[in-house]
Amino acid sequence: MPEPTTPLSIVPAIPIGTWLETGFEAFKDTFDAAFDVLRDVISTAIDGLAGVLHAPDPLVLALGFALLAWLVRNWKLGLGTLVGMVLIIGMDMWDPAMDTLAIVVVATVIALVLGIPLGIWAARSTTVSRILKPVMDFLQTMPGFVWLVPVVKLFSIGVAGAMVATVIFALAPAVRLTELGIRQVDKEVVEAGHAFGAAPRQILRDVQLPLALPSVMAGVNQVIMLSLSMAVIGGLVGAPGLGNEVIKSLSTLDLALGFDGGISVVILAIFLDRLTASIGTRRPGRGRLRELRDRFTRTPAASAAP
Amino acid sequence: MPAIEAHHLYKVFGRKGREGVRRLEAGADAEELRKAGLTPAVVDASFTVDEGEIFVVMGLSGSGKSTLIRMINGLHPPTSGHVELYGENITAATGKDLRRLRRERISMVFQHFALFPHRTVLDNAAYGLEAQGVGKEERRARAHEALELCGLTGWDDHLPGELSGGMQQRVGLARALAADTDILLMDEAFSALDPLIRRDMQDQLVELQQKLGKTILFITHDLNEAMRIGDRIAMMRNGRIVQVGTAEEILTDPANDYVAQFVADVDRTRVLTASSVMEPPAATLKAEQGPRAAHKVMREHQVPALFVTGRDRTLRGYVTEDEVGRNLDRTDITTLLHPVPEAARVAPDTALADLFGPAAETPAVAVVDDDGRLLGVVPRITLLAALSQDGTSQDGTSQDEPSRNETEAARA
Repeated sequence: MPEPTTPLSIVPAIPIGTWLETGFEAFKDTFDAAFDVLRDVISTAIDGLAGVLHAPDPLVLALGFALLAWLVRNWKLGLGTLVGMVLIIGMDMWDPAMDTLAIVVVATVIALVLGIPLGIWAARSTTVSRILKPVMDFLQTMPGFVWLVPVVKLFSIGVAGAMVATVIFALAPAVRLTELGIRQVDKEVVEAGHAFGAAPRQILRDVQLPLALPSVMAGVNQVIMLSLSMAVIGGLVGAPGLGNEVIKSLSTLDLALGFDGGISVVILAIFLDRLTASIGTRRPGRGRLRELRDRFTRTPAASAAP
Repeated sequence: MPAIEAHHLYKVFGRKGREGVRRLEAGADAEELRKAGLTPAVVDASFTVDEGEIFVVMGLSGSGKSTLIRMINGLHPPTSGHVELYGENITAATGKDLRRLRRERISMVFQHFALFPHRTVLDNAAYGLEAQGVGKEERRARAHEALELCGLTGWDDHLPGELSGGMQQRVGLARALAADTDILLMDEAFSALDPLIRRDMQDQLVELQQKLGKTILFITHDLNEAMRIGDRIAMMRNGRIVQVGTAEEILTDPANDYVAQFVADVDRTRVLTASSVMEPPAATLKAEQGPRAAHKVMREHQVPALFVTGRDRTLRGYVTEDEVGRNLDRTDITTLLHPVPEAARVAPDTALADLFGPAAETPAVAVVDDDGRLLGVVPRITLLAALSQDGTSQDGTSQDEPSRNETEAARA
């Protein structure tokens, strides 16, 4: 690397990037074996899920998605989902779309498993909150592409690296909205829990988390959206899926292929967004099954009510 | 053993709270502390609440009463001082011990209800029992009972959001009652309710307390509420308790100008009772007395009628001067007795408000105890005098003038 020259400035060269790289190399050398294991685990998980998604006939799975959308939200989303999925099949983008979906699902699960406990911790400790805040700012505002370099160095080209970059990129909203949701729970309601002698753990489980659920679910929704956008970028480092198609179209200037891939991403994004957004706005306090049962037993007049 | 004992409680907000307490003990006032960046919320509060008592802490907003009540159950640790519940120091308790004390001893009703919006009414009411580890069937049965006790039947499966404010607070009350603790803390529990519903809830609370015998620490900024339900009242100002006493004591003998000013607007007729305004009867007659002696007594006191009592001071009736004068030849006055109408015989704890009706019918209302013994009389003029602000039962005569002037002014 050439030495940076600063002839007209009294500010000395501050090569943060170089320092980070040095540190990163040492880190990599130390934990190389661990990362190999991690790569295998992630690849296996994604391959497994992708295998499941690829197994049934596309149309059957499309119908399954439509049914899920109908159950969770309403028949309109169900119908829209069916139309969208059929479009993807028609554009011959089904296989890459399922690869992308697998990455998004696994990345989302990992981001939530890491993010929600961190959010809870931050909500209960001001110190943790103060430390996490700049870290989350850093993760959220760093351009997504930047994460590709270190992950390729750690995991080499392939789906595992793309996955890790996706998790890093998508982690912040899970932490933030969980913390926010818990902190927003009415102080007096939490006091009521304490006043009746409930343990902090019970209050978290029975009061704070259920009441924070809409906010947490909004976080889940954002994590999914960010995962999707990053999973596409992950195509740059060899992750299979729609990103790969888009990159291919870029290198061959294939406009048709580019739009096919792009539109498939849009359809997938809308599907996932509407699906998870409706879970977040669900009325608190009622079990999912009970709500589903109500949906089937409700009279038409009642279903017209908001 | 008293249910609650508060020993020199201080709460000073700020980084050096303890330093603030030391300065307050040395005689510094709140203003000095505020300049040093400290906020004294509660200053040297000591009181005891006896078992089965409704103890009301009364103060305006910012007087520190909410902070005070939260120190009683350990939601806020005091900066200094401590609280004992049935002799157990809750201030020193932590973790498991603290939770056990709360579960066994003390439950709370909140100003804004603080119900769990995601749980049904029944599960809300059962929360305290759930924290105590009571099994599902039993806690639901007991919660249901508590809800019925609070007048909420048939709402078990609704969510709190579907209920009106008054009903939500009934759920809050049921939740506290279901926990079956000895002590109930009520933090401005009725302040968020409409006046009519509030009155209703106050009456019900007193009724429930009599039925269940709970010890209640009630916080309010409404003096009428305090006087209505409180066995004893602590008046709070700027974090200090300035007076503790019964409603009547505070009304008739305010500790300082602040309290006096405060109680000026109280509806005295609802707080003062017959016993606090009654006078010893100017004279009474014994049933065995002869008419001549009776007539003489009545002429001496210039009264048109007198109460007649038996040997054991039980009220027998009254005689009028007219009739006695016309029948001077009888052996005694027994035959001339008129029975005192039921309405004109009142118990000593009757509110003044309920004396006006009887007083309109007879010149003087007789105050009798449970055994029918005459304790005193409330002449009309005394009743009017008691209404005026600085009128007290002791110097009723000095109040005659203004009252008379008032009536004359009203006539003119």
